[in-house]
Amino acid sequence: MCQPKIINQKGGILIKLTGAQIVLKTLQEEGVDVIFGFPGGAVVDIYDELVKTDIRHITVRHEQGAVHAADGYTRASGKVGVCLVTSGPGATNTVSGIASAYMDSIPIVVLTGQVPTDLIGNDAFQEVDIVGITRPCTKHNYLVKRVEDLGKILKEAFYVAQSGRPGPVLVDLPKDVIKGSTPYRPIKQVHLRSYNPTYEPNFRQLPKAAALIKEAKRPMILTGGGAILSKASEALRTLAWKIQAPVASTLMGMGAFPGSDPLWLGMIGMHGTYRANMSSAACDLLIAVGVRFSDRVTGKVEKFAPNARIIHIDIDPTSIRKNIPVSIPIVGDCRLTLEKLNALLDTEELGDLTGQRKPWLDQIQEWKATKTLTYVQDEVIKPQYVVEKLCEITNGEAIITTEVGQNQMWAAQYYQFNQPNCFITSGGLGCMGFGFPAAIGAQVAFPDRLVVDIAGDGSIQMNIQEMATAMQYRLPVKIIVLNNSCLGMVRQWQELFYDRRYAHTQMEATPDFVRLAEAYGAVGLRATRPKEVAPVLKKGLSHPGLVIMDFVVEKEECVYPMVPAGAPITDMLLV
Amino acid sequence: MANEKDKRHILSMLVDNQPGVLSRVAGFFSSRGFNIDSLCVSETHDPLISRITLVAMGDMAVLEQIKKQLNKLINVIKVLDFTDVDYVERETALVKLRAKPEHRAEILRMTDIFRSRVVDVGSDFYTVEITGDEGKINAFLKLVKHMGIKEIARTGLVALGREKK
Repeated sequence: MCQPKIINQKGGILIKLTGAQIVLKTLQEEGVDVIFGFPGGAVVDIYDELVKTDIRHITVRHEQGAVHAADGYTRASGKVGVCLVTSGPGATNTVSGIASAYMDSIPIVVLTGQVPTDLIGNDAFQEVDIVGITRPCTKHNYLVKRVEDLGKILKEAFYVAQSGRPGPVLVDLPKDVIKGSTPYRPIKQVHLRSYNPTYEPNFRQLPKAAALIKEAKRPMILTGGGAILSKASEALRTLAWKIQAPVASTLMGMGAFPGSDPLWLGMIGMHGTYRANMSSAACDLLIAVGVRFSDRVTGKVEKFAPNARIIHIDIDPTSIRKNIPVSIPIVGDCRLTLEKLNALLDTEELGDLTGQRKPWLDQIQEWKATKTLTYVQDEVIKPQYVVEKLCEITNGEAIITTEVGQNQMWAAQYYQFNQPNCFITSGGLGCMGFGFPAAIGAQVAFPDRLVVDIAGDGSIQMNIQEMATAMQYRLPVKIIVLNNSCLGMVRQWQELFYDRRYAHTQMEATPDFVRLAEAYGAVGLRATRPKEVAPVLKKGLSHPGLVIMDFVVEKEECVYPMVPAGAPITDMLLV
Repeated sequence: MANEKDKRHILSMLVDNQPGVLSRVAGFFSSRGFNIDSLCVSETHDPLISRITLVAMGDMAVLEQIKKQLNKLINVIKVLDFTDVDYVERETALVKLRAKPEHRAEILRMTDIFRSRVVDVGSDFYTVEITGDEGKINAFLKLVKHMGIKEIARTGLVALGREKK
């Protein structure tokens, strides 16, 4: 940083810093080593200071990409991702990314430039009320009015983003605040009078939960994104085995419980497995860990888990009893709560569970025999086959990001996730164009791991410009395009529910992805026949740089099982 | 909008005295299609804290959810619901009435009966200040309506819970 002025105040020495310097100092104190962003007039002062630090900057090609990349970085590494964009259009371009992070409770901090405070409200050039725009899709946001408040607000932003139920926080930085200067006092601790998240579960609730578990004949565990955010995998496995309960997961919870475990049921919900959906209808106790019972999970709410008493563990009290009535609500951190519950169950006599559970687990085996995740691989490549082959070749060890639609569902169904933080997808918002920039973020977090974006030809084009970003920073992301030349998921709905009227879902002018890759300086590969799938995957995955693998797949393939929207989740279309 | 399940709720919130807080609070109601019937915001004895008193009609379950989510807002310190507790409520209205010569005496009589007072007077109008609960103000308005109301400004309801005696 540039020469600080030293001034005396009350006998102590305080360094006078500019707003821009305070921004970078706070980022360094928070351990930030990379920023995803795009420069502009309102933030040029911050960029001018940024180059003097050792913080890395990834210049994206569109600000939406910056937010998704920061989001992917966070989901893969658990560290808070940071974005820096300019005012006006720079800020508005971040909105989809912020909304996606908000729906999935991902802690990121978005710094936006703003016109000088005396111009705010004057329709100045590149002015937009981004704090107003993002109020409903951020956990919290700030407009910094005085440089004196800047250090405190930035510190608060990081604290709020990570604590409790995490979420995105936006800080709007007017140009005069960034250029102004003030004596800098490091802030050690953040205290917010009105914000005290509950981490410790209420001690009265745990024995009640334990009692229900002891009574249950057909228990089942349902995990969601909260189990991953709170790092509850270990405790979750302990509980499942201790009480011999099978485990299903929402889309957001994939990886929290290993897909290779015999107690694994698979994904639940609209495109859930037969056995997971059937189990939820038959179980007499449902232990929900860090889920919010979205409509895609429950189907018709009145028919969801009709025979079960429900224990709902979540850090956010507003998630509990929002959609589903619950017998035992437990507000607290999922990991802490499960650990305490496990410890409590250790002191109880649970009896011969293996014997007791046999009828229940046998029943599940029977459902498992109804193999619903199947497809027939004939002369045209089936998208499911590509994902299955990918899983086989990578041993299920890659970090997988997805776009949104059929590609997302096939990735969740046919890739076996054994570790948390390896399945990165826009679950709540369902934001097409998420997967590729998120893969860039994940690759930045783990330069040596294999990061694969499973995409469709529709979604990948929504942020295809980030190819240049991946090339510039030598990020060897692998893109798999399941290319059916249409918007597959909507086409599927049109096929099933709209008499095959394919209104505007046909992508007749899809680009040649191989030549597109080459235009960016990357490698492009194509497979048009099933026997080419494995060789293309092997060749593409082993290449040390950015690769697009274009798989020309069956156009009219549908994602099954499928529960029509609003139906009970046991009403599955199987083929 | 209103149906039988709907109930009148008086919510009283202590919030940080900062720009944007009111918008966050009001946003929860508007995004769920709730109309806010009355809203009153002012600083408390602590200049860092404001009190928002808000009246809304709505389904009990949905309002429970809104209350939980209001509590979750970083700038909201406390949310009280006066729906089923003992409380005192007051509202003030300024009512500008047409004062035809034949009505002038009656307006003054009404003003007297309702323990309100005339705060501004002209050749053809009276402005009456009336304070009370919502019912009292509505009763007054009903009685003077036929004489012609030119304008009304109501403060919106304020309320405080009663202490245990």
